Amino acid sequence: MSFADKIKMYDWEFVKSAIFAKTADDVKRALYTDKRTHNDLLALLSPAAEPFIEDMAQQAHKITLQRFGKIIQMYAPLYISNKCTNSCLYCGFNCTYKIDRKTLTEKEIIKEAEFICKLGFRHVLLVSGESPVDVPVSSFCRIAQILKKFFSSISIEIYPLSTDEYRTLIKSGVDGLTIYQETYNKITYKQVHPAGKKRDYKWRLTTPDRGGTAGFRRLNIGVLLGLSDWRVDGAFTGLHALYLMRQYWKSHISISFPRLRPATGGYEPEFPVDDSALVQLICAFRLFLPDSGLIISTREPEQLRNNLIPLGITQMSAGSKTSPGGYAMEEHADKQFEISDIRSPEDVAKTITLSGYEPVWKDWDKAFLNG
Amino acid sequence: MSNLRSLKIAGRTFESRLLMGTGKFPSNDIMKNALAASGTEIVTVALRRADLSNPNDNIIGAIDTNRYLLLPNTSGARDADEAVRLARISRAAGCEPWIKLEITPDPYYLLPDPVETLKAAEILVKEGFIVLPYINADPILAKRLEDAGTATVMPLGAPIGTNRGLKTADSIRIIIEQVQIPVVVDAGLGAPSHASEAMEMGADAVLVNTAIAVASDPIGMARAFRLGVEAGFTAYTAGLGEEKIQAEASSPLTGFLRNDS
Repeated sequence: MSFADKIKMYDWEFVKSAIFAKTADDVKRALYTDKRTHNDLLALLSPAAEPFIEDMAQQAHKITLQRFGKIIQMYAPLYISNKCTNSCLYCGFNCTYKIDRKTLTEKEIIKEAEFICKLGFRHVLLVSGESPVDVPVSSFCRIAQILKKFFSSISIEIYPLSTDEYRTLIKSGVDGLTIYQETYNKITYKQVHPAGKKRDYKWRLTTPDRGGTAGFRRLNIGVLLGLSDWRVDGAFTGLHALYLMRQYWKSHISISFPRLRPATGGYEPEFPVDDSALVQLICAFRLFLPDSGLIISTREPEQLRNNLIPLGITQMSAGSKTSPGGYAMEEHADKQFEISDIRSPEDVAKTITLSGYEPVWKDWDKAFLNG
Repeated sequence: MSNLRSLKIAGRTFESRLLMGTGKFPSNDIMKNALAASGTEIVTVALRRADLSNPNDNIIGAIDTNRYLLLPNTSGARDADEAVRLARISRAAGCEPWIKLEITPDPYYLLPDPVETLKAAEILVKEGFIVLPYINADPILAKRLEDAGTATVMPLGAPIGTNRGLKTADSIRIIIEQVQIPVVVDAGLGAPSHASEAMEMGADAVLVNTAIAVASDPIGMARAFRLGVEAGFTAYTAGLGEEKIQAEASSPLTGFLRNDS
């Protein structure tokens, strides 16, 4: 059974009304139980939990300390191409926008990799628009083989592939798969993805299944916060994470919390997520999934990121560039979105240290995959 | 367990019976001071955290190898192949051939895979490694590993990082009774009293990480575990009194009947 079958049992409106029906008592039960169920997650995401955010934060802090210690794992994105055949309304790479587009050559990728490596990173996330003609799977395989020299962990955030294609990537040295459903709301999904392969909700929904079957060590999921009601999307993300943990029990599941950022096209989020909501969401996930990685990127502003460190976050990017060639090339193409925290990785690491945490640059070894 | 004052593993002698892990510390300085305060002589490091090709690597650099035996571990390995590969890389990078074998296919409870652990232990022992396998408290597996030639067995008290103490006490007792290699209780010890309890039961040593690393004062907690281990070991060698249900007076009332005078 894939998640596409599992999700059939859950209706968006039904889940929404279940969340909004939660009471303070439900929240207290969810807060002070030992083992939390999906129903507890609904309570923690509900409006009734808002007065309990401090209690949630305290618990989230305690659990994270216990399970992860005082560490933040650092990673950097490396954009390979901003060419794309999709027309996602919120994305700067939308194929209908006239932007400066580029696919990096292998030489240019090495230049970027050297630069990122010098910054201290050993975990890299390869990002690309959906353009199989410009960057076919074979290219990613070659890139991974080259980048193994520089990094101890390589993850990808690219267009969805088949199980066999994922297997070839794993063989080439890729160990992590990031794939966001963007929203679990089918109607919104169709609205914001008017054309291109990405329009296929189910193909995207079952991508983590294919990644899990292929054997990725890390599966990273999430929704784009701002597209739909974050509480309901949060509930579905939790369901998806729980399913993946059980189905692909050897893969580590992590959750990202990307809020929509300004990008070419000027898309305005219909359901903006404020800081308080983001904190509630992150704490709810830490309480629900004590061992999952929780990721926050440079989409978020400096001050907020600093404050999120003790609340359950385990991974952070820093000094990110969201355009192909953004790190090392003088002339680089246009970016996917504006980042918010513009500090250098060194400065972010300093702040982490000052907060009493240890920035961890290497927490994986390519030897796990193929030596 | 032997009654020798020192702990002997694979022919090497250690005065401390507390092994320490290096994960989860808020900084390398705190870790360094905690290691010193614990009195430990064996320090385990996850190979996946260490950059062996880099002499300035922050975690390896923080461990004084003149003072501590650096015990690389295969944490993160899902099967025997991966663990063996990691062990070989560590030896090729110049580490001593000691390896703490951890094979934990499930990333949440991090419980050890008995089948893969035995398989990897057999291979590594043949290749000349000194193997310290992390296992569930399974007495038969412990015997199988001893037969395979491992230097110790390291049964868990409770899942890693849970601080739940000796949940597996009954099985650990059987292991202590049956194996002739050192038994190091490895995971789940959350308080110095847990460490004491393990030592009182006759464990040869304990390994502690989370309970020290995430304490508000890791250095103070390291000292506390040192004392806990020493107290438990001393009590074990001094000979603990038998547990009884009924009270038995320290000065019996009928003592005079056995008195000649």
